Amino acid sequence: MSSFLLKADNIGLQINQRQILDNVSLSIKPSEILTLVGPNGSGKTSLVRVLLGLIKADQGRLQKKTDLVIGYVPQKLHVDGALPMSVLRFLQMGNKVSADDIAHMVNTLGVRALLKQPLQSVSGGEFQRILLARALLRKPDLLVLDEPAQGVDINGQQQLYQLISTIRDEFGCGILMVSHDLHLVMEATDQVLCLNTHICCSGHPEAVSQHPEYLKLFGASLDGIAVYTHNHNHSHDLSGDVVEHDHHGGCNHDH
Amino acid sequence: MIIDDFIVRAILAGLLVVLVSGPLGCVVVWRRMAYFGDALAHSALLGTSLAIMFDINPLIGVMLIGIVLSYLLIQLQVKKDLSSDAILGILSHGALAGGLVLLAIMQSQGQRVDLMAYLFGDILSVSWSYLIWLSAVCLLVLALISWLWQSILAVAVHEELARSEGIAVDRVRLIFMLLMAVLVAVAMKIVGIILITALLIVPAASARRFATSPESMAITAVLFGLLSVFGGVFASMQWDTPAGPSIVLASVALFFVSRLRLKA
Repeated sequence: MSSFLLKADNIGLQINQRQILDNVSLSIKPSEILTLVGPNGSGKTSLVRVLLGLIKADQGRLQKKTDLVIGYVPQKLHVDGALPMSVLRFLQMGNKVSADDIAHMVNTLGVRALLKQPLQSVSGGEFQRILLARALLRKPDLLVLDEPAQGVDINGQQQLYQLISTIRDEFGCGILMVSHDLHLVMEATDQVLCLNTHICCSGHPEAVSQHPEYLKLFGASLDGIAVYTHNHNHSHDLSGDVVEHDHHGGCNHDH
Repeated sequence: MIIDDFIVRAILAGLLVVLVSGPLGCVVVWRRMAYFGDALAHSALLGTSLAIMFDINPLIGVMLIGIVLSYLLIQLQVKKDLSSDAILGILSHGALAGGLVLLAIMQSQGQRVDLMAYLFGDILSVSWSYLIWLSAVCLLVLALISWLWQSILAVAVHEELARSEGIAVDRVRLIFMLLMAVLVAVAMKIVGIILITALLIVPAASARRFATSPESMAITAVLFGLLSVFGGVFASMQWDTPAGPSIVLASVALFFVSRLRLKA
């Protein structure tokens, strides 16, 4: 029996002779929320694509729990205006789901009123929730969210991250999410992995005690961890803004 | 009024082809593959002339060249220093020029080749035996499209989402490309190489406004295709115009009608 949903060991990836990912290891456990943060071009999306099996890594090993069902919410999804499709049809497409399941899901995610709308007519935030509903209808073991808050305004973002926490509690799935906005994610995540081609620091803001070996495995070799841990200690006392500022500063200085 | 036998055959041939070009054309519009359709159609001339040269079935020749074209496209796209647009332009016109040169060489060696029929179609010369063969091919393609429809649709919506959900995206794309090559091979006879893409995209574009689901768009596109075939063949009879271009002209006229805003 495996204790992880997905485990990556020493993943390396080069594109056009450029090192995109270097020696990246991580594991996601059942009903755990893992957040990838990092600056632009740090390889976050590439790592997600490797983990999803969309591209092949050049080095390293990827293990998945047998029959792992992944629900993927891509960063951007542009559906051509020439393709007539209602929100309902999009939710049904490729999923063998009952009407009850759909009814329950659209109520949970607050997209019920949109069901008959054409997919192209909904707003960015609505579309994120529709994508989330579609991913959840697959009853995933692991939910993968690539920048779920993109194109969503600040209020919407907070709601979205709250929703993500609720989802983990209600559906019991592991969640891997990519974000560049650490302070918003802080409250909603168990582990944070700061990526900059390699993993420069990692830790779990809320639940350190649950995974004591994690810091040893991923954080010991780098200076970044000191800065990060510092953030970490303060994240319970200080406002999120200060935490985010410090964190990014630390990360940038290392590289 | 007595309807000539060859008109019945022409209408039936057109009907069979639009049955396939309707749904395929919708996918071409959704995935913005019009230029690929053009390139495939142009390569069909090379395929046909090679088939004549080696005395094999033209359909096989067209399909083989279609596969070669798609393979070259994929290989040239790996290095991202040229757009697909430019690569397709090179392959498309290279194949067209190659076909024209090859046909000219064969003509100079005394082979009888009707270039105009390839370029602009020859729907009025369809024989009953061709029609039987055509219906077998078209119905087979239609069966494959309906079998793969959900996967084709998922890939048209978002390739990576489809891949992450376990759809064999590369296989679906390959099969779709092969189906396109078959369509090109059979549609050559109807509207000719130059105008095949029109038969794909114009009825689909006309159908867009009336469609609320992908399927209704495909079916409406077939209906617009049928009307175009009727209109084109009728015009061709009435005013002695070339049938292929007349069919395309009828479909374009219908497209503009479909765009008219009617006051409710």
